[in-house]
Amino acid sequence: MGMRKVAVIGAGMTKFVRRAQETAKELTWEATHMALQSCELTLDDIEAVCLGTAPDSFDGIHMNGEYLSDGAGAWDKPYMRSYVGGGTGVFVPIQGWYHIASGLFDVVLVVAEEKMSSYYPHGQAAFLTIFDHTTERPLKPNLLWIFAMEMNRYMTTYGISKEDIARVSVLHKRNAANHPAALLGDSEITVEDVLNSEVLAWPVQRLDVSPVSDGAVALVLAAEHVAKRLTDKPVWIEGVGWHLDTAHWTNRDLAYPRYVEYAARMAYDMAGIKEPRKEINIAEPYDPFDYKALHHLEGLQLAERGQAPQLYIDGTAEKDGDMPVCPSGGLLGVGNPIAAAGLMKIAELFWQLRGEAGARQVPGQPRRGLAQAWGDLMQVGTVVIMGR
Amino acid sequence: MSERVAIIGVGWSGFRPVTPEVSYKELIYEAGVRAYSDAGVDPRKDVETFVTVAEDFHEGTSIFDEYTPDQLGAALKPMHTICGDGLHGLGTAYMLIRTGQFEVVALEGHSKASNILTLPEVTAYAQDPVINRPLRFNTDFIAGMEMNRFLYESGTSFEQCATVVTKNRRNALYNPSAPYGANLTLEEVLNGPDLAWPLGFHEKARHADGAVVMVLASEERARFLSETPIWILGVGWCNGSFSLESREWGGLPYIENAARMAYRQLGITNPRGVVDFAEVDDIYAYKELQSLEALGLFSPGEAGPLTEEGYTAIDGELPVNVSGGSLGMGNLLDANGLARTLEVVLQLRGEAGPRQLEDVEIGLVQSWRGVPTTSGAVAILSN
Repeated sequence: MGMRKVAVIGAGMTKFVRRAQETAKELTWEATHMALQSCELTLDDIEAVCLGTAPDSFDGIHMNGEYLSDGAGAWDKPYMRSYVGGGTGVFVPIQGWYHIASGLFDVVLVVAEEKMSSYYPHGQAAFLTIFDHTTERPLKPNLLWIFAMEMNRYMTTYGISKEDIARVSVLHKRNAANHPAALLGDSEITVEDVLNSEVLAWPVQRLDVSPVSDGAVALVLAAEHVAKRLTDKPVWIEGVGWHLDTAHWTNRDLAYPRYVEYAARMAYDMAGIKEPRKEINIAEPYDPFDYKALHHLEGLQLAERGQAPQLYIDGTAEKDGDMPVCPSGGLLGVGNPIAAAGLMKIAELFWQLRGEAGARQVPGQPRRGLAQAWGDLMQVGTVVIMGR
Repeated sequence: MSERVAIIGVGWSGFRPVTPEVSYKELIYEAGVRAYSDAGVDPRKDVETFVTVAEDFHEGTSIFDEYTPDQLGAALKPMHTICGDGLHGLGTAYMLIRTGQFEVVALEGHSKASNILTLPEVTAYAQDPVINRPLRFNTDFIAGMEMNRFLYESGTSFEQCATVVTKNRRNALYNPSAPYGANLTLEEVLNGPDLAWPLGFHEKARHADGAVVMVLASEERARFLSETPIWILGVGWCNGSFSLESREWGGLPYIENAARMAYRQLGITNPRGVVDFAEVDDIYAYKELQSLEALGLFSPGEAGPLTEEGYTAIDGELPVNVSGGSLGMGNLLDANGLARTLEVVLQLRGEAGPRQLEDVEIGLVQSWRGVPTTSGAVAILSN
């Protein structure tokens, strides 16, 4: 007996904004409502709900998944919240996939939400509590320092310049100018703008980083026999992969994300992909920082080690290039409400592969796309491959 | 796709009121080593994916899933966390195997409740921050309200609720892993201090530390690896209304739904006569009675009188919480469902020692995530 095929049949997302007036629950409701409307279903058609949201400390709500349950449409339904830190956004569709592939459900709602503005004055302080309480927290680490170390390591190992990395931010923010839900789209931005922006923790500068934001995204997933009845254009989940590395991140090779490689290989195997660089038409690597997109493209085997900047130099990564990267605008352009940002990438692939991405539509009727997220202590990779 | 899924290994450490000499990682490591050795698997080679259940605020660490892999041998392996009860984790492991992508899955849940200095305050942080939190409801007060409504609707008496306490804590005397075994009289329970009237002090499970790890496998692997696979016949889970204002207080519709989902997988509509024994939620004594009725094991209003008659005692028609339940083994936070499942596995294998039930074939497990949630799960296991 073969594996049950699972399709995405509907998607919705709220605007990504700095300080949403809506509560977290209202944001969840809004995205869920839009996703259901996009495929003309109602909550009565939904058999189970999967939710993703990052640390409870942002909202200051214990068991935040329970609090969000009715907003996500889970009243009187089987409901679970999955969690892999920053990788959660691309993990929730995997959770939706196994709900359906297991044969227990036919139609599942997948919802991701993040409200980072509740944390006053800035969500960054919540991140102090992600570090080991004995060995690291007393040092009062800050996420920006940690990323500065990793970025530095990546640049030093391969001789990559700040200009090479700034190109990522420029392309993604320009792409986002065409995204109606984007927070930081900018069609005029230049490499100089990025290089001249405020230094946060060298070599990280303000425009190297994605913004803290609020937002929610939802998808409707269906089993093959239901998907074919409900839509002419199902987008199939062809491969999924995830890997979680040790918590001892200080022992890790910071120049290369092996956990992303392993997650990607798992997904490629399942999708039957032998040559990813030829078979992936659109890539949505996780880009909370501009260097991270490059780092992840290498882990995903879409570029040789240290060679990812080349994709941005020779035009491969552009919207009309051979393998457009983050046509959505990515986290750098659309915004980074953590779990919602990951799921936004899946929604983007859904719209792109259906030819419904409007001004962001990549030419040439792409057949297959890959989305990836990353999280925890430079530790987890989550990958989904979708195809027409 | 493997239709059938079995539990082929169990391991646990604890359960004790305090464990100052070990960290949560050491508790999990001990439980993991026991489970892997019980199942005869090497986590680095044989286990393909790992699932844990945890909540950030219980751990005092944000993004707690960061700290889950090492002590389970799961570093650089597919692993994820479910913010749910252990039974939600069991449902997840069950689904993962049924996709056909995985043959062997490890599942972990733990409690280090003794590390939490402000547990009542932490639990209160689960209430709606806009509508409920300003009212400063104490968690036990919400349980007291629910108990009052349940007693009113079902006609259950204080004595019947207290019988759950005396029964479960006496059962715990026969369970070496249960820290709260005691020979209490009905009077002692009834005359104890109030917690949130009508809820009494002795009717709330005290917390404990411990960890449970289980290894699950597809039918093919289970038959190869294990001589005593315990089959998962059905799993169900459901959420009700999160809002305190719009939920039902007397019954547990979410447990009814979760049970219905599990029963459908067995092809039964009525569990009575099918289930030989049950391990159900009793983090408050009245919950055992309310849950047994929601599960359809008893009719509304029947659980109290039958408990009083000894129907659910260790030598009764339908033994319930022979392990001692949460009242006897301690409230293990996110691991409660796994502790209940552990007992069902041991009973079905015939490894329950002095509390072993005779001729049992089908056991039911049910759990609840605690106040203020309406989140519960059910599983049915067979040998």
